[in-house]
Amino acid sequence: MPPTALLEQATRHLALRARWRPLEYAFWLAALASVFLFPGRHLILTEIAWLALFALSLDLILGYAGIISLGHAAFFGLGSYAAALLAKHEIINEPVAALFVSGLAAAVLGFATSFLVLRGSDLTRLMVTLGIALIMREIANQIPELTGGADGLQGVVIAPILGTFQLDIFGHVGYVYCLSVLFVLFLLARRVVCSPFGLSLRAVKGNPLRSASIGISVNARLVAIYTFAAFYAGVAGALLAQTTAFASLDVFSLERSADLLLVLIIGGTGYLYGGLVGAVAFKFIQDALATFDPQYWQYWIGLLLVLLVLFGRIYGGVIAAAVFGVSYWLRLSFFECALILLAVGAGYRHIRGWLDRLDARVLEFIRGARSARAALLQRRP
Amino acid sequence: MPAALETVDLQKHFGGIAAVAGVSFKVERGARHALIGPNGAGKTTVINLLTGVLRPSAGRILLAGEDITLVEPHKRVRRGLARTFQINQLFLDLTPLESVGLAIAERMGAGAQWWRPVGTHASVVEEIVEILARFHLTDVMHERTGNLPYGKQRLLEIALAIACRPRVLLLDEPAAGVPEDERHEILATVAALPADVTVLLIEHDMDIVFSFADRISVLVNGALFVDGAPEQVASDPRVKAVYLGESLDA
Amino acid sequence: MLTILFDGVAYGMLLFVLACGLSVTLGLMNFVNLAHGAFAMAGGYVTLLLVNRAGVPFFAGLAVAFLVTALIGLLFERTLYVHVYAKNHLEQVLFTIGLVFMSVAAVDHVMGSQQVFINIPSVLQGQIQIFGVGIGRYRLLIIVICGLLTLGLQLILSGTRFGSRLRASVDDARVAGGLGINVNAVFSLTFAFGSGLAGLGGALGAEILGLDPTFPLKYLVYFLIVVTVGGTSSITGPFVASLLIGIADVAGKYYVPKFGAFVIYTIMIVVLILRPQGLFARAAGK
Repeated sequence: MPPTALLEQATRHLALRARWRPLEYAFWLAALASVFLFPGRHLILTEIAWLALFALSLDLILGYAGIISLGHAAFFGLGSYAAALLAKHEIINEPVAALFVSGLAAAVLGFATSFLVLRGSDLTRLMVTLGIALIMREIANQIPELTGGADGLQGVVIAPILGTFQLDIFGHVGYVYCLSVLFVLFLLARRVVCSPFGLSLRAVKGNPLRSASIGISVNARLVAIYTFAAFYAGVAGALLAQTTAFASLDVFSLERSADLLLVLIIGGTGYLYGGLVGAVAFKFIQDALATFDPQYWQYWIGLLLVLLVLFGRIYGGVIAAAVFGVSYWLRLSFFECALILLAVGAGYRHIRGWLDRLDARVLEFIRGARSARAALLQRRP
Repeated sequence: MPAALETVDLQKHFGGIAAVAGVSFKVERGARHALIGPNGAGKTTVINLLTGVLRPSAGRILLAGEDITLVEPHKRVRRGLARTFQINQLFLDLTPLESVGLAIAERMGAGAQWWRPVGTHASVVEEIVEILARFHLTDVMHERTGNLPYGKQRLLEIALAIACRPRVLLLDEPAAGVPEDERHEILATVAALPADVTVLLIEHDMDIVFSFADRISVLVNGALFVDGAPEQVASDPRVKAVYLGESLDA
Repeated sequence: MLTILFDGVAYGMLLFVLACGLSVTLGLMNFVNLAHGAFAMAGGYVTLLLVNRAGVPFFAGLAVAFLVTALIGLLFERTLYVHVYAKNHLEQVLFTIGLVFMSVAAVDHVMGSQQVFINIPSVLQGQIQIFGVGIGRYRLLIIVICGLLTLGLQLILSGTRFGSRLRASVDDARVAGGLGINVNAVFSLTFAFGSGLAGLGGALGAEILGLDPTFPLKYLVYFLIVVTVGGTSSITGPFVASLLIGIADVAGKYYVPKFGAFVIYTIMIVVLILRPQGLFARAAGK
């Protein structure tokens, strides 16, 4: 029987991940405050809420299980159409119940297609997931009697939530609804991720061979998390449908899946908040870009993606903003802007070297500040 | 009483090459059995076949009398067959505490639990710490595995396999790559393994083989060359010839 | 029925010319270049500008499309792509999708979002009758050009030194490098050539596939399917896969219009279930 102190230490270390950090409390308090502080922006905040949930669902399979998916929109879209259809044909009137059922529908699709994702290389997974999303889109396109086809599903009326809260055009009720769903599902996801199951996922992602060698059924775990993530994506899609009373084919598009990857590359993967933080950042960027260049903002999103991959989250963002600023100020054409990008690429080594030196200086500064602070604290009696 | 581990005419072909050409041997319960042979003889292939990473082209594998030839790798672990890898296969981003905890939780059937946070099972935590203590890893138990020195990583490699409480343990060159001054720790650990655990050891280092094994099988070009007690194998002139230049009694 | 087969073969061969550059890139550097379609689009629009606006003859326009797109490919490869080879697949995907977004928006801005048509010389319009079957002249041209290209590719691969260097590098880049083969140079040239072929395919295919700014995204799936089904370790794999997909898609859309689009997706999923490395890949692939 090992000494109690050691056991206590071990228990504490194991439980470290599950403990709530101060920043987490701050985040959710800020989210709650936004309900009261920004009443005029509830519509865009609602978009951020379901996008955050969608991104969270992708993080579950990408950041925790290591599955690269280009077609997560398949589950999002199915949930969206399911919720819209349930409301339109008055099969399930109460939105929360419809939400749950839509999520289940997406989960079923996730479960059915999970087996395809287990085998093969990264490219195979990309292909399969993309293919499934496109098949879903094609199905929706080919049954316009049910889905409204290319025009989208019209005439959807959403009943009051829980029988009492009617969705309003300013989006107040909608935002509180989406935020609540996001919070509840986040708590659940957090529970799962900090559990033995979640730990085994991280093991599977890091070393599937060794995982199997200690008795973990790798495929079963991947199927489980894929289905779970599909449920979350379906719920996110349902929230979109319910708050906009509309469903259209672009819920399945490659652009949507790509936007989602951008959200996660901005926010980071593998720590659950990546999708949430990334969604906020992404919406702000998209909003800002749309004001400057309403028609071709996709160009700047593309540029941002390229620079983020080349220079990482912080520097990539800074350089992208710089290029954008310069292009806007000098009224450069897309062609000239592309030349700037090529020039950046040509000088990559120099820029990288410069940035690495900057990194070192910053680290030095932080270290210096820390030791100065420690010295200051020691001087006090 | 069936042998702890037995292969019957085990074969593995890659295209036209027979990596394992009809290997039949028995490992008795509680034995300390060594599998040796020159490089490329097929030793790791045999281990991969035994654990299910590779599917045999022909032949059968029996674990305590039960046919496990077609059983999936992770299920073989549940039935009591564990292994270590020649090149460390660890969870680099996890701590030793978490890694061993995973193995124990899996063994107890609690590995897929998604509701309770990690670390709330007192009995699991106790067992983790016990095992880590046995392998001298308690001082680094909450460090990221990737940051540990190689010797400690090697110990963790074995600890992970032991955490599965196997009936049969396959050790693939446990001392490989370990610096001279850290070797004795590994060897002491291997020697201190519980007596009821059957051990099949692959090794190149003859000192380890002859101090540890009570039975030795020699694998050459995918076939069993010699199979017997250490003195028998040591004195066999054919074995010396096969290990050209390598002295067996140094 | 023969017309369908013929159309399918033409479509398939066009897909092959478009996708083979992607296949070799993936097999050679294990790099997922989702922006491959953007080069095809570039070739198409270059030819459009030359032929429609500058009055350049059609075949000259095709040749220029190849050259210009190859140069663009080389330029992008040396300045941007080269920094992303070592990164993981997800980052490669994001990087190339970013390039696609940029190219789609840029072309939309400059050329407008409507579908455009290249002026085809009158000798290529309409049909000719062979054994009582109506054969589209343009499609016949596609088959001829693509067939010659395929033969040429095969000859280059098997008959020239560059070809054997390329094959060695695809097989095992590290060993090839150890043998003194400049793998980076091989790759740059191959990337440029593959992009050029894509550009040529885009120009040739404008008539059949439709040319508009959404081309790279619309046909991305087809390229990826060809590469996934055909594997990346040979030319014949993607070739047969392209024909299969071309014929299946055309036949599917003709015979079962409602479900025609599903035919190729179904083929892809079935193939991936049965053989995750593709129909023709060797077992010991990456």
